[in-house]
Amino acid sequence: MNTVIPIEVAQKISSVTPSASLNIRQERGQREVFCGLTGIIWLHRKIQDAFFLVVGSRTCAHLVQSAAGVMIFAEPRFGTAIIDDRDLAGLADANEELDRVVNQLLKRRKDIKTLFLVGSCPSEVIKLDLSRAAQRLNAQFNPAVKVLNYSGSGIETTFTQGEDACLASLVESLPLQPQDSTTDLKKLLIVGTLADVVEDQMQRIFKDMGLNQVEFFPPRNSKNLPVIDHNTVFLLAQPFLADTAKRLEDRGAQRLPAPFPLGVQGTRAWFTAAGEAFGVSESVREQALRAPQQRAQIAISKHRSLLEGKTIFFFPDSQLEIPLARFLSNELGMNLSEVGVPYIHRQHLAQELELLPPNTLIMEGQHVEQQIDRCQSMNPDLVVCGLGLANPLEAKGLTTKWSIELVFTPIQGFDQAGDLAELFSRPLVRKQKIAA
Amino acid sequence: MQLTLWTYEGPPHIGAMRLATSMKDVHYVLHAPQGDTYADLLFTMIERLPRRPPVTYTTFQARDLGGDTAQLFIDAVNEANERFKPNALLVGASCTAELIQDDPGGLALGLKLETPVIPLELPAYQKKENWGCAESFYHLVRNLLKRQQANGIAPKEHKTAGPRCNLLGPTALGFRHRDDVIEISRLLGDLGVEVNVIAPLNATVSDIERLPLADFNVVLYPETAHTAATWLEREYKQPFTKTIPIGHRGTLEFIREVLTLADLPVNENLISSLAERSHAAWYAASVDSTYLTNKRVFIFGDASHVIAAARVASQEMGFQVVGLGTYSREFARDVRAAAELYQVQALITDDYLEVEERIEELHPELILGTQMERHIAKRHGIPCTVISAPMHVQDFPARYAPQMGFEGANVLFDTWVHPLMMGLEEHLLGMFREDFEFNDNQAPSHLGGAKKTQSVHTPEESELEEVSSTQVLSTLSPPPQAHPAKGNDQSVEQSSSSISLSGEQKMQDLVQIWSQDAQNELKKIPFFVRGKAKRNTEKFAKETGVIHITVETLYDAKAHFSR
Repeated sequence: MNTVIPIEVAQKISSVTPSASLNIRQERGQREVFCGLTGIIWLHRKIQDAFFLVVGSRTCAHLVQSAAGVMIFAEPRFGTAIIDDRDLAGLADANEELDRVVNQLLKRRKDIKTLFLVGSCPSEVIKLDLSRAAQRLNAQFNPAVKVLNYSGSGIETTFTQGEDACLASLVESLPLQPQDSTTDLKKLLIVGTLADVVEDQMQRIFKDMGLNQVEFFPPRNSKNLPVIDHNTVFLLAQPFLADTAKRLEDRGAQRLPAPFPLGVQGTRAWFTAAGEAFGVSESVREQALRAPQQRAQIAISKHRSLLEGKTIFFFPDSQLEIPLARFLSNELGMNLSEVGVPYIHRQHLAQELELLPPNTLIMEGQHVEQQIDRCQSMNPDLVVCGLGLANPLEAKGLTTKWSIELVFTPIQGFDQAGDLAELFSRPLVRKQKIAA
Repeated sequence: MQLTLWTYEGPPHIGAMRLATSMKDVHYVLHAPQGDTYADLLFTMIERLPRRPPVTYTTFQARDLGGDTAQLFIDAVNEANERFKPNALLVGASCTAELIQDDPGGLALGLKLETPVIPLELPAYQKKENWGCAESFYHLVRNLLKRQQANGIAPKEHKTAGPRCNLLGPTALGFRHRDDVIEISRLLGDLGVEVNVIAPLNATVSDIERLPLADFNVVLYPETAHTAATWLEREYKQPFTKTIPIGHRGTLEFIREVLTLADLPVNENLISSLAERSHAAWYAASVDSTYLTNKRVFIFGDASHVIAAARVASQEMGFQVVGLGTYSREFARDVRAAAELYQVQALITDDYLEVEERIEELHPELILGTQMERHIAKRHGIPCTVISAPMHVQDFPARYAPQMGFEGANVLFDTWVHPLMMGLEEHLLGMFREDFEFNDNQAPSHLGGAKKTQSVHTPEESELEEVSSTQVLSTLSPPPQAHPAKGNDQSVEQSSSSISLSGEQKMQDLVQIWSQDAQNELKKIPFFVRGKAKRNTEKFAKETGVIHITVETLYDAKAHFSR
């Protein structure tokens, strides 16, 4: 369970702020962000034999189905055990009730191999101990079904932190390996949910670099969980995996510091970090990266003329804001008016922060009313914001890009760099077309 | 604790948000954790409102729980009051804040603001969205009018001669409320009834204060307005309408009820000239619609739309209502009473899996439901039209498309009939089943004739179908050739799977064998009734002790069950 509160983390390690030239400020107030439960929307698609059971309220159920943006087309691999007043009044033992619901679910869905019990705000507040529930249910269902738990509650997690908490619980569930001193053969692990197509592209580039044993975490099927030990070297593919990284490091794995694989610059640095760690020679690396990099540059250049010199404002959302700002500034020539982030993990983002232009205004936390006021007075050419704000800002004459699309779309790696740029140029092109 | 995979209604505070968002000068301060702000997108994305809902959330986090969440709430109230300068403040808690018991109402009242404060206590672990909306509307109305009474202020009387009514119930995120209000206001105007106030949609606090000036209330949506209307009736002797003006006949009955409440003469000439706006009644009477006779229809949604739809389906379209139900538990009694009219049992549930099971059992030819039933219908290849919330972006059409009044009756006729196969087309399909264009994979030509192939289904759906067909194979275990090529005969497979789902035990002792001839004959039956025919034949065979089903058995069963 994630007991770390984001902003405190940020403050504790603020001494390692890499660049003094950045203008990092903090504000507090209403936060217009999703909670960690939202991650279920992509996680349940990624891990195909897993089911996510939120233990929460009707609000949680409503959030997950609404945030999915569409209705659920078939019986989904997620659901909610809705706590009712009987559970709260102690008339029904909440633990017994939970066991009953899990039994009901697993009887219906024989295809489930991993069950995540996902904690919510209400379950945290009433202190329903899901880790003990998971233990209890494992005694009943393991090995047919592995039962894990994490918290996606809004009081503990912000949007993408739900994935972090989920993956951290998955790491924790891996069997401890006896120290194998017979081999010191390092193996590379890529950490963070990526689209399957992106993984396949990355795998090809790693192969070209001579790295044939690269694994991805989370795996597409829970049967393919990696072994984590002191020979594991990992690269983060997403910037929001603080807890997961910590659990991996606790097991002896070593994190390779690198920018994130967004845009040519980030992707190149990311692959280079892996190549250097595994002793791949510069020429082999160049050979592997040259063609995809050239393709990416051509794809990006089409959008540069549309975006160059335009200003962009980020409302805090997915934690992807800093790498995206770096890409848009360095490769597309956009001006950053404000980069809002829910919280900053200064260690994992050290390389990213160094690549930002000096004096970039980064706003950590949120006071949504004041931020909207600032946004309107800065009058940027493009605003990146959540679904609740986009249409109201459009109605005020601003051009927006919904940030959630950046989480649901394959944007990482060389071959997606052009698509990523297009996500930002499209709203501007559209506005031009409609105005004309 | 209840296992829920999909929910028809949100929690009750969403209902309060619908009230606040409907109105022009009300603000809602909601004690809620980070993440509950997702609800904004219901209004800005699904309804495409060009403004943010007037809601301030405290968005507390774990670190605040150790500290002073009450202070956080007080600060939020003060800040919202100062920034938005509302004419009334709604205050309340979402599910998590309810547990920490900060008493938002008490805290806000303690601030002694000049702005009227309306505390909302909406038990999140018992109640749901529509109840929350009705309750919030009632508290708003009661609070503002009691305040008026206490101050000894009477609302300003206008000098108009004619009768006046209020239109109660339309809200933000309501199913076609925007257009229903236009349609019914126009109709009332034509009847010589002045609309005093429409609330809560687009109302102001001063509009609410003028509610007592009306002679009676028109309740368009009992789900949201019944509680307030009942109180107004008690407090101000304002009677309210009980008829929902949905359908041609519903509208006529509504007109008569309004004229009675307004104490106006029943002018038959006026009524028939108004009724001429509706083409629906004549279209239903035209011979072209004969094929609609006794089409089996299943209806599910909120209570008032379901009750009205069943009436229209039965009396105006000439369909046969084979099942109906609602997720509105508050109105379960009314829906049960309606079901009795059609000699069916009402399904009162908020579990869509139960609804799906009932649909599989009943084999309707048309479903009138919500977005969830639309997906169920899609999976089973049954035509469907959406008649009720919960809301989807498609339920906010750009065009004018009311459900109520005479124009509403026209909309119902079009939207219910268009998904069906046209009469002659249906005959031709039945007669020339071997024509390559008339096979089961061909959709009706007026719907573009797109092939019903796997590609139009989502991966998840085909996944589900795979599961169903394996279930069928394992439970039924008929001779291998009994299973036609997959994709060709999905309806048969799905209908059989429904049996295996609903009564796996029963299937164990049912080992019936279809002869090849009977199977071929079965294929000649149009696919949308084939499942039913197969089931009936098997039922008949079981009852008469037949194990080998032949062509004879098939036709014996047909005669036995013919209606």
